[in-house]
Amino acid sequence: MNTMNNKKFMIIDGLPVAIEGEKNILDVIRKAGIDLPTLCYYSALSTYGACRMCVVEGKNGDIMASCSTPPRSGMEIKTNTPRLQKYRKMILELMLSDHCRECTTCEKNFDCKLQELAQRFGLKDVRFDQYSIDDTRDDSSPAIMRNPNKCIICGDCVRMCSEIQNVGAIDFAYRGSKMEVTTAFNMPISETNCVNCGQCAAICPTGAITIKNDLQPLWNDLHDNDTIVVAQIAPAVRVALGDEFGIPRGTNVMGKIVSALRRMGFDEVYDTATGADLTVIEEANELIGRLEKGENLPLFTSCCPAWFRYAEINHPELMDNVSSCKSPMEMFGSVLKERAKLNEKGKKPKKTKVVAIMPCTAKKYEIHREEFQYDGEPTIAHSITTIELANMIREAGLRFEDILPEAVDMPFGIASGAGVIFGVTGGVTEAVIRYVMGDEARDHLADISFTGVRGFEGLKEVKVPYKDRELSIAIVSGLKNAEKLIQAIQAGEVQYDFVEVMACEGGCIAGAGQPFVIGRAKPERSEGMYQADRMSNVKLSAENPVTDGLYANLLAGDKAHHLLHYK
Amino acid sequence: MVIENREALKKSREAFLAQIDHQTKKIYVCGGTGCVAGGSMEIYAKLKELIEAKGLTCQVELEKEEEGNHIGLKRSGCHGFCEMGPLLRIEPAKLLYLKVSLDDCEEIVEKSIVGDEVIERLIYSRDGITYPVQEEIPFYKNQKRIVLEDCGQIDAESIEEYIAYGGYSSLEKCLFDMTQDDIIKTIYDSNLRGRGGGGFPAGRKWTQVKAQKDPIKYVVCNGDEGDPGAFMDRSIMEGDPHKMLEGMMIAGYSSGAKEGYIYVRAEYPLAVQRLEKAIADCKRYGILGKNILGTDFEFDVHIVKGAGAFVCGEGSALTTSIEGDRGMPRVKPPRTVEHGLYGKPTLLNNVETFANVPIILQKGADWYKTIGPVKSPGTKAFALTGNIVNTGLIEVPMGTTLRHIIFDVGGGVRGGKKFKAVQIGGPSGACLTEEHLDLPLDFDSLKKAGAMIGSGGLVVMDEDTCMVEVARFFMNFTQNESCGKCVPCREGTRRMLEILERIVAGKGELSDLDMLEELADTITSTALCGLGKTAANPVVSTLKYFRDEYVEHIVDKHCRTKNCQALKKIYIEKYHCKGCSLCARVCPVDAISGKLKEPFEIDQSKCIKCGACMSSCKFKAIKED
Repeated sequence: MNTMNNKKFMIIDGLPVAIEGEKNILDVIRKAGIDLPTLCYYSALSTYGACRMCVVEGKNGDIMASCSTPPRSGMEIKTNTPRLQKYRKMILELMLSDHCRECTTCEKNFDCKLQELAQRFGLKDVRFDQYSIDDTRDDSSPAIMRNPNKCIICGDCVRMCSEIQNVGAIDFAYRGSKMEVTTAFNMPISETNCVNCGQCAAICPTGAITIKNDLQPLWNDLHDNDTIVVAQIAPAVRVALGDEFGIPRGTNVMGKIVSALRRMGFDEVYDTATGADLTVIEEANELIGRLEKGENLPLFTSCCPAWFRYAEINHPELMDNVSSCKSPMEMFGSVLKERAKLNEKGKKPKKTKVVAIMPCTAKKYEIHREEFQYDGEPTIAHSITTIELANMIREAGLRFEDILPEAVDMPFGIASGAGVIFGVTGGVTEAVIRYVMGDEARDHLADISFTGVRGFEGLKEVKVPYKDRELSIAIVSGLKNAEKLIQAIQAGEVQYDFVEVMACEGGCIAGAGQPFVIGRAKPERSEGMYQADRMSNVKLSAENPVTDGLYANLLAGDKAHHLLHYK
Repeated sequence: MVIENREALKKSREAFLAQIDHQTKKIYVCGGTGCVAGGSMEIYAKLKELIEAKGLTCQVELEKEEEGNHIGLKRSGCHGFCEMGPLLRIEPAKLLYLKVSLDDCEEIVEKSIVGDEVIERLIYSRDGITYPVQEEIPFYKNQKRIVLEDCGQIDAESIEEYIAYGGYSSLEKCLFDMTQDDIIKTIYDSNLRGRGGGGFPAGRKWTQVKAQKDPIKYVVCNGDEGDPGAFMDRSIMEGDPHKMLEGMMIAGYSSGAKEGYIYVRAEYPLAVQRLEKAIADCKRYGILGKNILGTDFEFDVHIVKGAGAFVCGEGSALTTSIEGDRGMPRVKPPRTVEHGLYGKPTLLNNVETFANVPIILQKGADWYKTIGPVKSPGTKAFALTGNIVNTGLIEVPMGTTLRHIIFDVGGGVRGGKKFKAVQIGGPSGACLTEEHLDLPLDFDSLKKAGAMIGSGGLVVMDEDTCMVEVARFFMNFTQNESCGKCVPCREGTRRMLEILERIVAGKGELSDLDMLEELADTITSTALCGLGKTAANPVVSTLKYFRDEYVEHIVDKHCRTKNCQALKKIYIEKYHCKGCSLCARVCPVDAISGKLKEPFEIDQSKCIKCGACMSSCKFKAIKED
């Protein structure tokens, strides 16, 4: 058996399965088509081995956790024996007995892994008394909510926060059954070094950490006849929302979103990619300016608010290097507010509120920052996530799959392909390269896309010719990767002119506001983004007639800097 | 000062020994934690004062050469006979004085130090026989002290005395006469097994660490002794710190490690203090540091104080704790030998294991295998506690029966009560009964009986011990000490404890026993680490051997040992009650009522079993059941 094609095999439930470099038998079992239950295993994170749901039985009746057992050739295991069934049920029962089971009113109802497993294992009765539910919820953060009563201490959030994001805002405290996931000194999460990336909420299998729900105030505005509600939709939303409605992964549903928003009462609907075009122009000019002066290099991007917060807290020394540009959302928001203000003149005043539909939880935090106010109020009134949008559509009773697509509104109804690809790691860079190459870029689009800007590596390095020199660019996603890069830059090991940082691994397509993504859907969503770029008749931000018009009128003079930069 | 080579070590040894030879009397005041708490250090000071007042030279440090004859006064490690402390040993007569107080000092100096008399009232006597010589006392006579040999017979704070009596000669032998492979082969051949509980062959572990390619390796000593009632490792660290250090150095030399860490509980301040002194002394003499004894070997030892989490005795939790993180066991592989402290190959053994090493290298693997069973040779230190006559620290050959330990060494059950059970191996161990008394204590035999040696705690229980309460006690311990990482241990032990609490409170149901067994099975099979996998052992073993007691608690609401407060029933014997009403007046919860001059009654639903009525009744009419 073991010598078959010199391949290594193990026997799973009586059938031989090849071992092809898997680091644990769980991966081999899943490859064999068996969906072994886990609550704490993600290949992107370190193996924690706490939930014990993935136990399997060896030939001699030995029980082992498959997530942490390396495969050996000739190994024989069973995945579904009476003992295993009994243990799994007992473990689930134990978890449920210490878990707030008010499923119907839970944010994660129908999207909860614990609920799903309880269903799957036919658990109908919890034989233990329910532990008392205490009121220690933490809703201090604009981005996430913490409810320890629903925590099963799988530690996914803790590892996500420290291993991928290098933040470590939450960790374990106390021992035994008193163990908790909490912040240092039990401080409200908003007072910690949390950067609001929301990845903890994204990975949480239950409702212990959820994304803050901001829908009710938005509905109120939509129902108010004296408020003009203007929506802008971020690039990454269009390739992810479909996941929630059974539409094939990565499908661009922008047109449907526009149509759905109008039917729910939005007065105007735009594409944040138009704002991204402004960002490209402003940021590229900033880069060119710094290159000429040779100061504050590398230029770090500023469009990701979680990264911005991370830099503020951990690397104040870098803040002069971080671009002074607002994010596309804020740039576009300022433009929309300015235009509304200009239009108001002579009419019965109506209030205009800008709503941002984002793949992101940190945007909920960003809109409350002082720098991003317009006339003393947040420029963006509401920032909701892709998942919240899906919930709105459901609540409104719209059959999303049947909605016919529509186009966004004029006068800002055009965005370049460069603006659209902001939604994926490397997109900002690719757009900026197109801008700095100017006219040449149009003929070298494919070449640019092959410089190494695309793909999901945590760190990508790109070199492009610029005038008589070469621009050295780094692209990182995931804050741990960013930290490693910063360390290398500060140690003088590497040198760059431009650094794009996105806090979420893979960029905005994998934002915490998107339908859950870790380990899946990234390629499809990114392909959706690049397809939108291919289909766009404007490839360069500078060639977008909308931006031309804006710079000629609304942004003329020093208004461009005033409205589009935060300092 | 630095001992620069082999020759210098030999000379130092001779010089120190010569000093000792000038000590006409040697007094060893027990400096173990128990005796220190009993005032032994005050006794030490008083003796010094009295001896000097007599015009005699009192030598406390060997390094300072004293002319002529003098009295050696030493703080030794734990003698083991803690029950009888504070203890005092006087050589050369080998006298052991028990329960010494400050008031005895003058007489001791007068009669036994200046003179050669024996103070009868301070020596051990049993069944009319007195035992002036320590080694003749049955408690000691029935032991075989190898690891603890010097505990109590050597100044625990004197490296000079350790060297004088042959200390660091094993290290010397290793450095000059043996190759790394020779050393490991000796340990391998000796069949020495880890004394921390698991009994993993030390030689195999050492071989694996040596085989690792990484140039940086560590030796870690596990001194996080957490079992309730266990103090073997503490006594070694306090009483003979150099022996353990020598073992660590040999481990470092043979495996290629240059640094060692001792992880010791912060609750052992005396052990920490003695270890710190021992390490400082070693550095002073060049026994730790670079170019040890003039060779290329370098080794340094650090002490890390643990904050007291039981789970930090688990290897991976321990190394994580040293690194400064929360001590939680991690999944294995990789094992500690390949990925231990700071991700480097790590040789991790416990205190007693390391203390065995110099002896094995001195006397050889074959000699070692003559003690105890060949596959599990050597001796084992046990902390003898509970309802036993001689509580204390003992050392016996592996394979000794429980009967020998409890009745011959331990002197039997206290108060002439009947033996009921012995909890061996701490909270991870099991309760063994009368039928196991002739079971040889070694790793393999105990495993077969569903128990484990653990680190060596032995709690003896008499007939008045409630076994359900014992199970509850240990479950409470485990539940508190669970790190909380894996679900079965975190939630399962809590539920087991809940059920046991219910049963001792008289609220149990028979189905609870099935649930206990189901939980125990799940936890044992699926928990992440050794602590979790063994957490249910006390419950499983008591359920197996004392199921009828559980059933009594549940069905009859009765605890035969009257330990379970909630199950006590206090009632008034109506024929004896004169109706004086005194009981009703003292009852704090108004549970007693009746008419004067007629028998009173206790309302069981109100009674809190405080017993106030019983002690107040002049007619002994109130009884307890």
